[in-house]
Amino acid sequence: MKKLIIANKEFQSRLFLGTGKFGSAKLMEEAVLASGSELVTVALKRVDFETDTDLLLTHLQHAHINLLPNTSGARNAKEAVFAAQLSREALETNWLKLEIHPDPRYLMPDAIETLKATEELAKLGFIVLPYIHADPVLCKRLEDVGTAAVMPLGSPIGSNKGLKTIDFLEIIIEQSRVPVIIDAGIGAPSDAAKAMELGADAVLVNTAIAVAGNPVEMARAFKMAVEAGRLAYESKLGTIRNRAEASSPLTAFLD
Amino acid sequence: MSFKELYNSQNWEEVKKTIYDKTSQDVEKALASDRRTLEDFKALISPAAVPYLEQMAQLSNQLTKKRFGKTIQMYAPMYLSNECNNICTYCGFSFDNKVKRKTLSEKEIVQEVEEIKKHGFNHILLVTGEANQIVHVDFFLKAIKIIKSQFANISIEVQPLETGEYKQLHEAGVYSVLVYQETYHKDVYKTYHPKGKKSNFDYRLETPDRIGEAGIHKIGLGILLGLEDWRVDSFYCALHLDYLQKRYWQTKYSISFPRMRPAEGIIEPNVIVTDKELLQLICAYRLLNEEVELSISTRESEKFRNNIIPLGVTSMSAGSKTNPGGYAVDTGSLEQFEISDERSAGEIAALITNSGYEVVWKDWDNVLS
Repeated sequence: MKKLIIANKEFQSRLFLGTGKFGSAKLMEEAVLASGSELVTVALKRVDFETDTDLLLTHLQHAHINLLPNTSGARNAKEAVFAAQLSREALETNWLKLEIHPDPRYLMPDAIETLKATEELAKLGFIVLPYIHADPVLCKRLEDVGTAAVMPLGSPIGSNKGLKTIDFLEIIIEQSRVPVIIDAGIGAPSDAAKAMELGADAVLVNTAIAVAGNPVEMARAFKMAVEAGRLAYESKLGTIRNRAEASSPLTAFLD
Repeated sequence: MSFKELYNSQNWEEVKKTIYDKTSQDVEKALASDRRTLEDFKALISPAAVPYLEQMAQLSNQLTKKRFGKTIQMYAPMYLSNECNNICTYCGFSFDNKVKRKTLSEKEIVQEVEEIKKHGFNHILLVTGEANQIVHVDFFLKAIKIIKSQFANISIEVQPLETGEYKQLHEAGVYSVLVYQETYHKDVYKTYHPKGKKSNFDYRLETPDRIGEAGIHKIGLGILLGLEDWRVDSFYCALHLDYLQKRYWQTKYSISFPRMRPAEGIIEPNVIVTDKELLQLICAYRLLNEEVELSISTRESEKFRNNIIPLGVTSMSAGSKTNPGGYAVDTGSLEQFEISDERSAGEIAALITNSGYEVVWKDWDNVLS
């Protein structure tokens, strides 16, 4: 399988994990390890920077695991840029999952503020991975201002509803010059496999693993699904045919 | 339409009738729906829903996990003052309760904070009575300045303020403001609050609007369980929540469930809300609204708190003192009510962990405000 490259960094795994919602930090760690993921998101607001023994961070100290801090809680570009700067300083990474959702109900991303913050943060040297609607034009606009990837949602975050935005995801994948990571709503390994079959570069999963009956086994299931989906994509899936081929073709007269 | 207009368009007795007329069919329809309405909420809090409590609890558990994961946030209340000019017949701080009053000095606030921090808290709730001469917005701003570096998240539960004052508090770093209507029954409200600024029902009713306009991140609502019919009162509270959520769409909301507890010089509850009924109410809120935060305080018993963790709540207090100086400075001062669950923060944290849930001490950062 081809390696995933984002901002010149290589990843073996195309499965990214969120670290919230787990019943314990230890369970989260075990699930992350089982998933094979090399990039995990961490909500800045959850990290206790006052102590150097933050529970979340101590459970993520593995050589192959990279942190992707997120700005969850920011309601506009200004707040997100502040949070990003704190994150870069405290966590010593310039990678950032940009999340601006002023709507605390459905956590819908704010396209206008996200574009503004991406531009500013890219100029400040951040590697920005913005969480956005499955909006093909916004993706191109983000490319123009220096985004490192785009992270369109499959369906509302935490909903487990799968790829409701599939028609737009296909357009985004077709047009994108940066990696496309399907971010929210992936509820089952089959959704992840489908996203990969479509040609997504990676998927990010949290709720479906964290609140599963057995999060560790579920993480393994997602690992396999992502690999299967990617392998299928690279192996060129057969075309789906809606009807049988006619036995007397309309163009037979040309022969 | 303002909430006052919306409120006035409803009639208490009619609302009550529609709740008590709900049938098992209404409940089943509400349970089967995946986008529930206020009519569904009425069915879920109705007597007809009582036989469905197990199903409600199962659904509440699933929905809460989906949204909040297996986590419970912890916070500690810190009472800054028990001065109060209101007469509230159910409250230990009531003006006519002739006992010694106390307001913490700056030094005392520091001492209390030190003690609270020892228990691991990073989210704090500042509480006072209503005594505008002594405990006013400047007093709050001073207190916030003192404690801000110590806490990631500051909430306040004080007298209703003006929009401009809420803006000042927002800028000073207050994340959340809690203000309970106590009861939405206007006439009954007057009998419980005969004197003081709090006797103005409408001013209190419109307080959440002022908080929303000021841009505060989270608004806490609630009724005092024990004053009036909890079903009708809770419907009005849910109506209020629904109204606010549509108008102040960038704001988060939380619901608390204070159940009347004994306090010095106060009356007996008018209505007894049982554990079963409180659970029904908690589950009904979760089924109505997947995003609203639900909070349980130390007013509740050990048994109830031991078992409520997976059923819909998202935050709990622990080791609480309900008197100013209660943690370190003046442990014997007048308390607002007697707590029921006296276990320490460490014990409650262990309880949460043993239930398979993660204790969240920090879920905000001042850098975001």
